[in-house]
Amino acid sequence: MRAPKKPKLAVWKFASCDGCQLSLLDCEDELLAVAGAIDIAYFPEASRAMVKGPYDLSLVEGSITTPHDAERIHQIRRQSKFLVTIGACATSGGIQALRNFKNVREFTSLVYASPEFISTLDKSTPISGHIKVDFELHGCPISKEQLLEVISAYLNGRKPNTPSHALCIECKRAGIVCVMVAHGTPCLGPVTHAGCGVICPQYDRGCYGCFGPKETPNAHSLAASLAGAGWSKDEIMRVFRTYNAEAPAFRKASTSHED
Amino acid sequence: MKTRTIKVDYLARVEGEGALYVKARGDHVEDVKLKIFEPPRFFEAFLRGRDFREAPDITARICGICPIAYQMGAVHAMESICNVMIDPRIRLLRRLIYCGEWIESHVLHIYMLHLPDFLGYPDAIQMAKDHPEAVQRALRMKKIGNGIMTLLGGREIHPINVRVGGFYKTPTRRELSSLTDDLKWGLEAAIVTVKLVSTLNFQNFEQDYEFVCLRHPDEYPLNEGSLVSNKGIDCPISQYDANLIEEHVAHSTALQTTVKGRGSAHLGPMARYSLNYDQLTPLAKNAAVNAGLEKTCRNPFKSIIVRAVEVVFAFEEALRIIKEYDQPPCPAVDVKPRAGTGYGCTEAPRGICYHRYTIDDAGIIRDAKIVSPTAVNQKTIEGDLRYFIEPNLHLPDEKLKWECEQAIRNYYPCISCSAHFLKLNIERA
Repeated sequence: MRAPKKPKLAVWKFASCDGCQLSLLDCEDELLAVAGAIDIAYFPEASRAMVKGPYDLSLVEGSITTPHDAERIHQIRRQSKFLVTIGACATSGGIQALRNFKNVREFTSLVYASPEFISTLDKSTPISGHIKVDFELHGCPISKEQLLEVISAYLNGRKPNTPSHALCIECKRAGIVCVMVAHGTPCLGPVTHAGCGVICPQYDRGCYGCFGPKETPNAHSLAASLAGAGWSKDEIMRVFRTYNAEAPAFRKASTSHED
Repeated sequence: MKTRTIKVDYLARVEGEGALYVKARGDHVEDVKLKIFEPPRFFEAFLRGRDFREAPDITARICGICPIAYQMGAVHAMESICNVMIDPRIRLLRRLIYCGEWIESHVLHIYMLHLPDFLGYPDAIQMAKDHPEAVQRALRMKKIGNGIMTLLGGREIHPINVRVGGFYKTPTRRELSSLTDDLKWGLEAAIVTVKLVSTLNFQNFEQDYEFVCLRHPDEYPLNEGSLVSNKGIDCPISQYDANLIEEHVAHSTALQTTVKGRGSAHLGPMARYSLNYDQLTPLAKNAAVNAGLEKTCRNPFKSIIVRAVEVVFAFEEALRIIKEYDQPPCPAVDVKPRAGTGYGCTEAPRGICYHRYTIDDAGIIRDAKIVSPTAVNQKTIEGDLRYFIEPNLHLPDEKLKWECEQAIRNYYPCISCSAHFLKLNIERA
C-alpha cells in the first residue's frame, strides 16, 4: 500500500521490557531523518505530545497478558491502517509466556504478597492471536536495521525485505566458521529465524534462538542431534523454552521433552 | 471546601506504563498515588527450575534500557554461590560495559527525556528544531555508549556476550583501542553537557533523604561494594534483606520498600554522588565544582546535573580501562555449581538493583528475588510529590500536571522493570 504524504506513526506498548521501542531511539544516525519523513504522532516513551488517531503506521510492542490489554489491542487495530508487531513478545508472547506452561495463580502468589490485586490472564499471547497483523518483526530484541527497513518499505509502498530463512544461511553468507561443526558448540541456528546479524557465533557462542523459529523449521531433528551430543531431556526442553516459547514450533519441541 | 483532582493518565517519557493521581482539598494534598499498570511478568517465578547459567540472559529481559544491571547482578550472585575468583582483567571489562550502559542510559535521560521539560518542549525531536546542536551531541554521545556495549556485549539491547564466569569472547587490545578517539570526544561533550544543564532554572526543593547506594574502598561504585546510607547503613550486600524491607502497607494495596525502622530510601545518581564524591575521577569532580554542585545534592531537580557529572566519570573511567587493558588468556573461568544462596547488587543507572538466588547442587535455581531500583524509589517519588505539590497548588491544572511529571522524571522511573512491581491493581478512571 502507498503511504500518505507525511504519514502518522504510533508506537504502542503491552507487556514487554521496552527494548524494542527503544531500538527506534537507538537509531542515533537515522532518528532525525525518520522524524522528518514520518510524523511521530504517538510515542509516549519519547514524547508527552500525544496526537489523536487514526494512525497510518502502528508499531506494537509486547504481548497480551491482562483482560484490559485484550480489549485495548482491538481499539488500536481500529485506529491503525497498517499494523506491525515488533519483537518476540508481540509476535510470539515473549519470555512472559513461560507462564503458559505453569499455573499462573501459583506464579502470582510466589511473587506478590496480595495476589488478589493482580489482574492477569492465564496465558501470555501474541498480538496475532487477537487481531489481524499486517507484518511481524522478529527478535528479542528486534534488529534496528530491520526496523528501519520496515519503516522505509512502508514509506515507499513496498514489501519489507526481512528473509524468513534460517540463521545458518545468514551465518554462511557472512563467512563465519560454524561453531557446531568446528567446536561442537550446540547452536539453534538451523531452526532460528535470520535477522540478528549473526551475533552469537561471532562471539564463539551458539545461537540461543532469540529470533524465534524460521519458516518451516525441523526442531525435532535438531533436538535429536542435541541429544546425540549428550544433552539431557531437561536441557533440550529449556533451550526451546525461552524468549519464543509459545511459537508453535518451539512449543512443540519443548513439550515433547517434558518429563 | 472544593476537592481538586489532578490526573496524568499515561506518564510520558518514562520506560513502561504508569499514571499519577493526586487529590487535593483546599491547599492541602490528601492523596498522591503513582500508579503502575505495567502488567506483571513473573520473572522470579519462572526463574525457578532454570539452570543457573541461564540467569544473565533471562534477567536481561526485565529491562531493555539497563540489561547490564540485571546481567551483572545475576553473574555476581552465581559466582559468589559457586565460590569462583574472577580474573581482574575480566572484572575491568565488566566495569567497562557498565560504563557503556551508564553513558547510553544517562544521555538518553538527560537530553531526550528530561531536558525537554526544562526547556519547555514535549520531546527531543521538537527540541531539535531550536537546539539542533544539543540533540545531535546527545545522539552521538549515546551512540558511543551503545558502541561500548555492542563491542563488548555483541549488541546494546540484551547483550549476548556476558556469562557466569566472564564472557564468551574478550576483545583484543586493538579492538578496544578503536573506541579511544570517540571516547575522548565524548568526554569533552560530557563536560559541555554538565555546563549546559547547570545553567537551567531549578525549583528550590530539597528533602532530607536517606540515600542508599554502594560504596567501594577504591573506586566509584558500579559492580561491587558494600551497602551504605547517610543514616547509618553500612553492611555487606548479603545484609540487604535485613536493612531494606518490603512491607504490606495497610492503607494501600502496595508492597513498599522502606529502610527498616525508618522511611523511604532514595536510590540513584544523587545517592551515589553524595556518598562517593571522594571517589569521582578528577575531571568529573572538576565538572561538579564548576557547575556549582555541593558535595551533597538533595534537590531532585538537580539530578540532571549529577547525571551529567556521572557521564563525565563514565567516559573518563572507560578511557582509563581501555588504556590499561590487557587481554586475558581465557574469556571465562569454568564455574561448577554447588548448592547455596548468593547475592548480587550493582549500581544500575537509576540506583542499586538487588538479586538473591538459591541454587541446588545441580545448578538449578530454587528461589530468586530481584528488586529493581524504581520499585524502591516509588515511595520516595510519592513523598516528593506530596511536598512539591502543596506550595504549587495555585498553578493551573495543565501547568501543575507538567511540573508533577517533571518531578517524577527526576528519577527516570523505569516501570518496565516489573520484576517486582507493586500496586498492580488497575484502577480505571
